[in-house]
Amino acid sequence: MPDFSILTKYFDFYMEGFVNTIYSSIYALIGSFVLGTVIAVFRISSIRPLRWAGTVYVEFIRNIPLLLVVYIFFLGLPSIGITLSGFVCGTIGLAVYTASFIAEAIRAGIMSVPKGQTEAAQSSGLTYVQTMRYVILPQAIKIVIPPLSNQFINLVKNTSVLSVVAGLDLMYFGDKIASRTYATFDTYIFVAVFYLVLTLPLSYIALQLERRLAKRG
Amino acid sequence: MDFANAFSIENVRFILDGFYMTLKVAFLSIVYSFVLGSIVGTIRYMKVPVLSPVLGLLVEVMRNLPLLLIIFFARFALPDIGIQLGPVYATIVALTLFEGAMISEIVRSGLTSVHKGQIEAARSSGLGYMRTLWHIVLPQGLRRMVPPIVSQFISLLKDTSLAVVIALPELMNQSKIVIGQSNNYVVPVLLFAAVLYFGVNFALSLIAKRFETKIV
Repeated sequence: MPDFSILTKYFDFYMEGFVNTIYSSIYALIGSFVLGTVIAVFRISSIRPLRWAGTVYVEFIRNIPLLLVVYIFFLGLPSIGITLSGFVCGTIGLAVYTASFIAEAIRAGIMSVPKGQTEAAQSSGLTYVQTMRYVILPQAIKIVIPPLSNQFINLVKNTSVLSVVAGLDLMYFGDKIASRTYATFDTYIFVAVFYLVLTLPLSYIALQLERRLAKRG
Repeated sequence: MDFANAFSIENVRFILDGFYMTLKVAFLSIVYSFVLGSIVGTIRYMKVPVLSPVLGLLVEVMRNLPLLLIIFFARFALPDIGIQLGPVYATIVALTLFEGAMISEIVRSGLTSVHKGQIEAARSSGLGYMRTLWHIVLPQGLRRMVPPIVSQFISLLKDTSLAVVIALPELMNQSKIVIGQSNNYVVPVLLFAAVLYFGVNFALSLIAKRFETKIV
């Protein structure tokens, strides 16, 4: 049985880490969604250099570790004279990294809508934006939502890399608490519970969403 | 930026040693997690009473925890309950459990995706449960599993970098040590590490793509 006095005694520490983890997740989610959408648009654009830029971004970032992306911001930026906190670097790194996966999910969703749909919409006189808004996106969203929600859950778990750059997240505070209590096992059991409090409901919601979308067909 | 000194022979060798460690740990973890994931996934598919729900719970817990936490736990928390693991074993154990849980889900959903009519047809042709699983369900399910499993392996290879937190002398860790020598080494060394990670993973994803077009 874990020692609950650790939880009560260091509750403030746990909460601070927990709240920072949530903040980082939200900022990174918004950032990666915006960036991911832009890159997805690049990748399906008819302008060749844009398409190349999108492909290079996605292929490069997807194939290197998140930690490396975070280090580029945390260790690389100071060498050109910009110093940002671990929290900021970690969150930016996370957004940049996750954006590559989100871009792929969005692109796959848009591509999955048959070409005839676009052609039909355009020959009925709809503009490009109208075609996207009323024809393509409503169909694509069904395919995009399950991978996007999975990416979001990964993102929440991945905020833990902030601890490597002193990013004041839950893992970071876990380390701080463990170094005071010397009870590593018990301290981290509670850290794990805090993460599960965040991720299990998200996983459940993602699963329900996926089932509902699958049923509607 | 100082490319010439950053890439002195000692530094390059030091980093490549780390790269070798990354590949070694990744390879062993891939093998173990594949075995573990296949077994757990199949048991969950077969809906064995008691065992399947218990495994299901464990898989859900593993999948919903950050890997960083699991690695850290394997190295620094397990000694509290009398299990002492060095950095290499702690990483392999953590990666095997975490990625094994991921792979078990892929295996389970791959098996579930095989059409029910196939199983009914096999059973009514007189095949037993195990033979149906082996000859009918598995070959069809396997095809759908290959692409997600390979991308899981790519994740695994990238995830070995998280072992930095327990000072496993792998690529990321060694790169960081070299960077520590001088501020001018940051860009060249990070670039070098990125190229190495990218090289292996990109090759893996190309192989996966070939597989996809070949068997499906």
